[in-house]
Amino acid sequence: MVALLHKLHLDGILLAGITALCVLSLIVLYSAGGQQTDILIKQSIRLFSGLIVMFIIAQLSPQLLRVWTPWIYAVGLALLIGVIFYGTQAKGAQRWLDIFGLFRFQPSEIMKLALPLMLARFFSEYELPPGWPRLIFAVILIGVPFTLIIRQPDLGTALLIAASGFFVIFLAGIRWKMLIGLLILGIASLPAAWYFLLHEYQKRRVITLLDPESDPLNAGWHSIQAKIAIGSGGAYGKGWLNGTQSQLEFLPERHTDFIFAVIGEEFGFMGLVILLSVYLLLTGRGLYIAAHGQDSFSKMLAGSLCLTFFIYAFVNIGMVSGILPIVGLPLPLISYGGTSIITLLAGFGIIMSIQTHKKIFRHEDF
Amino acid sequence: MPLGDRIKDYRGESHLLHMRMTQAVVLVVILLMILVGRLVYLQIIHHDVYATLSKENRVKLIATPPIRGLIFDRNGVLLAESQPSYSLEITPERVTDIDKTLHDIASLIEISDSDRARFFKLKKRRSSFEGIPLRLKMTSEEVARIAVNQHLMPGIDIVARLIRHYPQKEHASHVIGYVGHISEQELGQLDESDYRGTDYIGKSGIEKHYEDILHGSVGMQQVEINAQGRVLRKLESVAAQPGKNLYLTLDSNLQRIAEQALGEESGAVVALIPKTGEVLVFVSQPSYNPNLFVHGIDHESYRAYNENESRPLYNRALHGRYPPGSTIKPFVALAGLETGVVEHDHSVNCPGYYRLPGDNHRYRCWKERGHGKVDVNKSISESCDVFYYQLARALKIDRLHDYMTLFGFGEKTGVDLLDVSNEPSGLFPSRDWKRRTHGQSWYPGETLITGIGQGFTLVTPLQLASATATLANRGVRVRPRLVQEIEDIHSGEKNRIWPQQINEIPKVEQEHWDQIIQAMQDVVHSPTGTARRLSKDIPYTIAGKTGTAQVIGIKQDEKYDETKIAKKYHDHGLFVAFAPVEEPEIAVAVIVENGGSGSSSAAPVAGKIIKAWLAPDTEPGEPAFQAAISTAE
Repeated sequence: MVALLHKLHLDGILLAGITALCVLSLIVLYSAGGQQTDILIKQSIRLFSGLIVMFIIAQLSPQLLRVWTPWIYAVGLALLIGVIFYGTQAKGAQRWLDIFGLFRFQPSEIMKLALPLMLARFFSEYELPPGWPRLIFAVILIGVPFTLIIRQPDLGTALLIAASGFFVIFLAGIRWKMLIGLLILGIASLPAAWYFLLHEYQKRRVITLLDPESDPLNAGWHSIQAKIAIGSGGAYGKGWLNGTQSQLEFLPERHTDFIFAVIGEEFGFMGLVILLSVYLLLTGRGLYIAAHGQDSFSKMLAGSLCLTFFIYAFVNIGMVSGILPIVGLPLPLISYGGTSIITLLAGFGIIMSIQTHKKIFRHEDF
Repeated sequence: MPLGDRIKDYRGESHLLHMRMTQAVVLVVILLMILVGRLVYLQIIHHDVYATLSKENRVKLIATPPIRGLIFDRNGVLLAESQPSYSLEITPERVTDIDKTLHDIASLIEISDSDRARFFKLKKRRSSFEGIPLRLKMTSEEVARIAVNQHLMPGIDIVARLIRHYPQKEHASHVIGYVGHISEQELGQLDESDYRGTDYIGKSGIEKHYEDILHGSVGMQQVEINAQGRVLRKLESVAAQPGKNLYLTLDSNLQRIAEQALGEESGAVVALIPKTGEVLVFVSQPSYNPNLFVHGIDHESYRAYNENESRPLYNRALHGRYPPGSTIKPFVALAGLETGVVEHDHSVNCPGYYRLPGDNHRYRCWKERGHGKVDVNKSISESCDVFYYQLARALKIDRLHDYMTLFGFGEKTGVDLLDVSNEPSGLFPSRDWKRRTHGQSWYPGETLITGIGQGFTLVTPLQLASATATLANRGVRVRPRLVQEIEDIHSGEKNRIWPQQINEIPKVEQEHWDQIIQAMQDVVHSPTGTARRLSKDIPYTIAGKTGTAQVIGIKQDEKYDETKIAKKYHDHGLFVAFAPVEEPEIAVAVIVENGGSGSSSAAPVAGKIIKAWLAPDTEPGEPAFQAAISTAE
């Protein structure tokens, strides 16, 4: 079985965790989406497509990816610029590109993979840890797509991409002093970002986090209702399909960004702990694979991808449970819709590829 | 890529990466602990708080207001009801083009600019599935016009709400009173939960006094709502208890006769059953239309009422305070007999005036030539003033005061129309009272005019009727009341309110009663009585007393000449009576403001009421009488 999976370039543990999340996604969506089957069908199609993409990418060797990396990054950047001129607007943000009117996709999704690829390759070209010049170049590699995405505006994705870049820098082993310097630089640029980059609604979200009751019917409403949903779930939850906060529509965006609150309300603390355990399993397995990667490119890439996956979940859960501002990120692999599912599964495809394309197999690397 | 760079310290690099991986694992674990901690905080520690908030979110209490009790007269004639009032409501969610719909409606019924403005204001505030009123108080014709075209305009509903309606309009409005919108001040005083969903509260009259009984108790519906406030299902409900119906002691027919008898005059009439205190007639004229007050009276109507010199909003029968004039004489005479100040055969000579020793002031008798020799009987039947000047002087003011108080003069009647604290007590003066309020000592001349019901003395029509009833009962004073029965619609049970005796005038000699009542009978039935005209064509006996109360003082050398002074300074005409004398069934007090002498203005009113009560069929022009004629034909 393990051998068969290995031959298919798949990782059993990751696959088990991903499958668990997919099943949970469908179960919760049935409740959160008002028991409509068409949502389930669409989500199933999306998950299935994602799994196929994952499977295909897992077949590509890390070496091949490494060669393609600069091109992927360049295309991603070009598309991001293309969005500014040819993008389609939806919900007040210009994030999408229409391809011949056939389908729409967000170039920022490509950047989620392209940036860690690019940085991992850039750092692995030279000796680690990198010094100041390369660090500055890395910051530019991150900064350009970050700025383009935050202006769309898409605060969540921008932060996520910055985080994925930061993780590569972190894993590349730059000295703590420099890391701290980088953080200080980031914090120092916050006021500038506040004035020049953030849109009014984004600023309001930050303010709302600090004082959610200040605006209980608008921005704060999400936060308050989500907290009520999670809190009222208690230890064991109100039961599947019995969440009053979600079923009676008090909870906004319950099948997308706030689906975590639905799980909290219907399955309680126990359900959430199980969910967190699955995320921990996937992250842990990813880090294990990263630690045992063939080369530093693979290690940094796999490490960054699985840490980004974790931070993705962390930010969503943090915002739904009211300890982070509402930035508009879905709960990875659970929330309905979005190209993020495809990208996330593509990322897992890369990790699986790194695990299964090693030339020398040691005993413990099954 | 340059080869040289490929030669790296792989071991060192690998070690570095491993260290960072370890640090990343630590970071992941720390972040996970933060999340778990947050979840423990929300779901375990503060679960109760959020569970409550969640319940409050989804459960809403909707008040179902009770139906207000009806008011009937003693014979079941409807005096106050709750009628459906129709309003036109639009549910925006069901309407595709609001502007077109408004246009269509406006082509059928009148829609004013203020209707539109209110509609759009409410539309912004309410959810789109809620009906928003566009037109209120539609006439039945307007309702019909909309109903016929309703199928063409989806989203439009005609909604009926219960609005208080007084079918008799001005008739008995001072008794029934009216309801109106609950004011801020009232809201502060009442139990708010009892009035959830209710817009109206009794503002005056029976409607106010019996508010608790008429209102009923509010019902509650616990419903589950969604985030938009739409009701999804009923969880629990407590039905509203309708208010109880009131049957008044009032006789609507008799009341109407009294109103008609007063005609255009301002005045008050109170008639009651002496034994039980049941108020049969309670007229204050002019009257007002209580229906105007239910929706909040418009500025113009209110000004018209307020600027009317005869003050239609003023309840004369209850609040009006008049000098009793000669109607007080039977009571004063009884006081004289009972205290032994005069003997039953006592008589005085009336030269037309009276002078206090050592005083030049002439206290005039109404009869300029004088009555000559006057005994107790003649003093009442011909209403000699000089007799009472002397009697009052002999009684002295304080004894007079104490005796009059027994009949309720200067005392609240305790009628169920007002809070006791608000009922005017009228006034019967005493030395003590004058010292208290005026800081002056009592003058002997003031005793004289008090003896003929002038001076400080003030009575309300209700007091006067109650005192007359006490006289008819030979001393038993019964609390006057307006409510006869309280009917519980639920159980069909009727609760009767029993007469309540206030006091009994202590040990009066029967001969004294007989003498006074005989004298009052002579007022009507003796050929010299002041109200002799009433005795015509009646098969029963009436005991009465006329009174004429001065509105302005007349100087010593002047004569009262009605033709020379403005109507508002004319004397008030008064008359009190009870009948039949042997077994009194009705006691009446009539005051005709500025009506001139009591015998000409007030006595005929009382006569008609007594006749209608005791011998209804003999009254020509009565509906019953005419019906009898038409069936005979």
